[in-house]
Amino acid sequence: MQLLVIQRILGLLLVIFSFTMLPPVLIGWIYDDVSLSPFIKGFLLILIIGTMMWFPVRKRKRELRLREGFLVVVLFWAVLGISGSAPLLFSPDLNISFVDAVFESISGLTTTGATVITGLDDLPKSILYYRQQLQWLGGMGIIVLAVAILPMLGIGGIQLYRAETPGPVKDSKLTPRIKGTAKLLWIIYLTFTVVCAVAYYMAGMDAFDAISHSFSTIAIGGFSTHDASIGYFDSHIIELVAVVFMLLSGVNFSLHFMAWRSLSLRSYHADSEFRLYGILMLVLTLITFGYLYFMHVYGSFSDSYYNAMFQVVSIATTTGFTTTDYSHWPGFLPVLLIFASFVGGCAGSTGGGMKVIRVLLLFKQGWREVIRLIHPSAKIAIKLNRKPVDRDVVQAVWGFFSVYIALFVVFMLILMAAGMDQITAFSAVAATLNNLGPGLGEVAENYKNVGDFSKWVLCLSMLMGRLEIFTLLVVLTPAFWRK
Amino acid sequence: MNIVILGAGQVGSSLARNLASEDNDITIIDSDKASLRELREKLDVHTKQGYASHPDVLEQANVNDADMLIAVTNSDEVNMIACQIAYSLFRTPTRIARVRAAGYLQHPELFSPDLIPIDVLISPEQLITDYIYRLISNPGTLQVVDFAGGKVRLVSVKAFHEGPLVGHAIKDLGQNLPEVKVRVIAIFRQGKAIIPNGKTVIEANDEIFVIASAQHIRAVVSELRSVDKPYRRIMIAGGGNVGRRLADALEDGRYQVKIIEKSPEVAKDLAENLNKAIVLEGDAADESLLIEENISDVDIFCALTNDDEANILSAMLAKRLGARKVMSLVNRTVYVDLVEGANIDHAVSPQQITIGALLAHVRGGDIASVHSLRKGAAEVIEVVAHGDKQNSRVVGRKRVDLKLPPGATIAAIVRDNEFIEPHQDIVVQEDDHVIIFLTDKRYIPAIEKMFQVGVGYI
Repeated sequence: MQLLVIQRILGLLLVIFSFTMLPPVLIGWIYDDVSLSPFIKGFLLILIIGTMMWFPVRKRKRELRLREGFLVVVLFWAVLGISGSAPLLFSPDLNISFVDAVFESISGLTTTGATVITGLDDLPKSILYYRQQLQWLGGMGIIVLAVAILPMLGIGGIQLYRAETPGPVKDSKLTPRIKGTAKLLWIIYLTFTVVCAVAYYMAGMDAFDAISHSFSTIAIGGFSTHDASIGYFDSHIIELVAVVFMLLSGVNFSLHFMAWRSLSLRSYHADSEFRLYGILMLVLTLITFGYLYFMHVYGSFSDSYYNAMFQVVSIATTTGFTTTDYSHWPGFLPVLLIFASFVGGCAGSTGGGMKVIRVLLLFKQGWREVIRLIHPSAKIAIKLNRKPVDRDVVQAVWGFFSVYIALFVVFMLILMAAGMDQITAFSAVAATLNNLGPGLGEVAENYKNVGDFSKWVLCLSMLMGRLEIFTLLVVLTPAFWRK
Repeated sequence: MNIVILGAGQVGSSLARNLASEDNDITIIDSDKASLRELREKLDVHTKQGYASHPDVLEQANVNDADMLIAVTNSDEVNMIACQIAYSLFRTPTRIARVRAAGYLQHPELFSPDLIPIDVLISPEQLITDYIYRLISNPGTLQVVDFAGGKVRLVSVKAFHEGPLVGHAIKDLGQNLPEVKVRVIAIFRQGKAIIPNGKTVIEANDEIFVIASAQHIRAVVSELRSVDKPYRRIMIAGGGNVGRRLADALEDGRYQVKIIEKSPEVAKDLAENLNKAIVLEGDAADESLLIEENISDVDIFCALTNDDEANILSAMLAKRLGARKVMSLVNRTVYVDLVEGANIDHAVSPQQITIGALLAHVRGGDIASVHSLRKGAAEVIEVVAHGDKQNSRVVGRKRVDLKLPPGATIAAIVRDNEFIEPHQDIVVQEDDHVIIFLTDKRYIPAIEKMFQVGVGYI
């Protein structure tokens, strides 16, 4: 393990991260916020820590090995989660504890969107903007951003990139070079964000809300600048805009790239993951809408329809915006939506969950066993987009699935042992592990009343979810540290 | 530059390694998944599994956008047809292919845009044979590199204790040879490159790179070492492509050649085709055969079979039995450093030679050649200066005014096939061949750029 090389990269990344404290200062200045010092303090603190880490070892330039890549990514997310809490902790308006600040910051960066802060509408704009910006940075992945803009990450960049990108196949690159791929991803991401902000603005939000919400929409985050989330605006057009951009962000970004390059929609249609994603959203919306309508939860047809569509898309893509309190919907609906979040977005998107492609592969394997029982000597290949899938990938999906479920159970039991009721524990773990945000029961609106210990557990759960478990898990195994 | 490489074998992967570190977009196609996975994990390249000559595979590998196709699969035919397809379907501007079989190479008229559109043919066996031939004809040298069509030569020499110049400053070299223009461009001391000036003192075991006109090289080398007698009696082990070509080239000179070949058919064929050389049927690691054939009187023993281990062991055996110098062909790069110097005088790496030649073509343009020295520890580049004072950053300027990248020095200038020492005040003229020594190969593109002629030059 070349610890000094890791220290150098970590220091460098922190220096870069420190500069993200400056835009909130600008926002605060524009909106005449009383106190800008939390951000300036945060900026200086992180800049100094980063420089102190980087400067003594700045000459240590070596290629990263696979293992070190994992460690850098895990350390970076952990360190960033903690240092991102600095401005929140320093803010006199918030006056929150250390654990709350870290929880909020990790929830932002991992695009979970679970919050411990209430009374958002009265907070200074700079703080609100900072929360949204955290989500935006975490959405496409801050490491991917670093790979795109830092020239010297080079070969080590691949290792970092692989440890951070979601999905079962880590080697899919849009361009031969990792830097080009990372750049393209951020360009697509940025374009979507701009278009989304303009769409929100035209739909009736003010400029600040439009930009802030575009950040958390494209990142599939779920933070809002209002306690009532998107429900605050009470506008069907805004809901529609949100739905469209949540759906787009839940799609594999390489599909967007291919569509953009070939200027046709064929690549979407040809992708089996995308088709299943679309079908799932449609079927879930129809079920939810039908149930809501026939149970007479909402008076009008259009209210049932809009609420059903918005909540399904928001929860199933793991965004976590709300227009209504879905946790009080009748019967199986709340739990159905939580289960939908386990499927989550597509691989290579900004969404959380297990990813549609994994579920698709699991389903195909299950189906293969059925066919095998009927034709015992049949030779059946698992195919995606008419191409056979590598055995290794299929096996890795099973491994991922079992570890995901096992981890879910362990976290849920820990939370219950810490005193949570079953519904809350179940939904809190699901909402954090899937990077969803709002849960059911006591955590339907916020996580304020969760105990400190449980908050730390949930922080770990969010990081596990964002890094798709294995990246974090390998670092915790003794085998990783053995020489 | 966007480059597609066909074949992830030894040459293909080392080529990718070299090019990927120089800011190129590389895509590699091969049918073998395992070797692609290894490349993908180690290098920042794109890989594509499939048959390299199939149009759909080429299309998926984005040959459309490629500036260059390099076909180095194991099959000559696949390489040729891939170039044909790239040209016909995708209009790839530059196509380089490795073709081994002598049958194809005897008909250069085949390789024109109308027939088989290959821009550059690389024949590794020929390159290796030439390389070995140069080493044999320059005894005492470790590496021989020719510039400007062979008029100027760079050699590397190891200074021994008893060498006449050891313990003296470099400027003494010029005093001893007043009529010869010569320049020491670098010294490798304990693995590190030193850019010498006149006062640098040569120590024992220094590896010295000197450049001079080809006809003076022998005199220069003998100044640095006690005189090496020219080689006369040569024994070659292995009558494959390289062994046969080398024997053929050597027997035309003043050399006595013996060639050992294991397979009776190949030996018979060799005997029928070679004129003066003595063909021996037997095992090169057979002690009694070597003794019987007077191995102790052999000047240089060349183990040139396809098998690294057999080459190394038979060369070591020959050395112990009394051969003056031994040489072995070693494909695996790791073995080269392992064996060279210890028991084997020259470990020749076919890949490095092939890659050097390929890289020169990849860079194209005004770069005439690029050679790795000391297995890649440094590079020498030969660039042709074009343009005039208005549109070139080089032509019409004094040497001291040139803005070279770090670690680069101008080793020599060749003007009208004459070697000129690059004094501070010398002015670069059009069509000069400028020879640059570079310790960091990442700056090769920078040099390429420096010599590019600005817009407006036709």
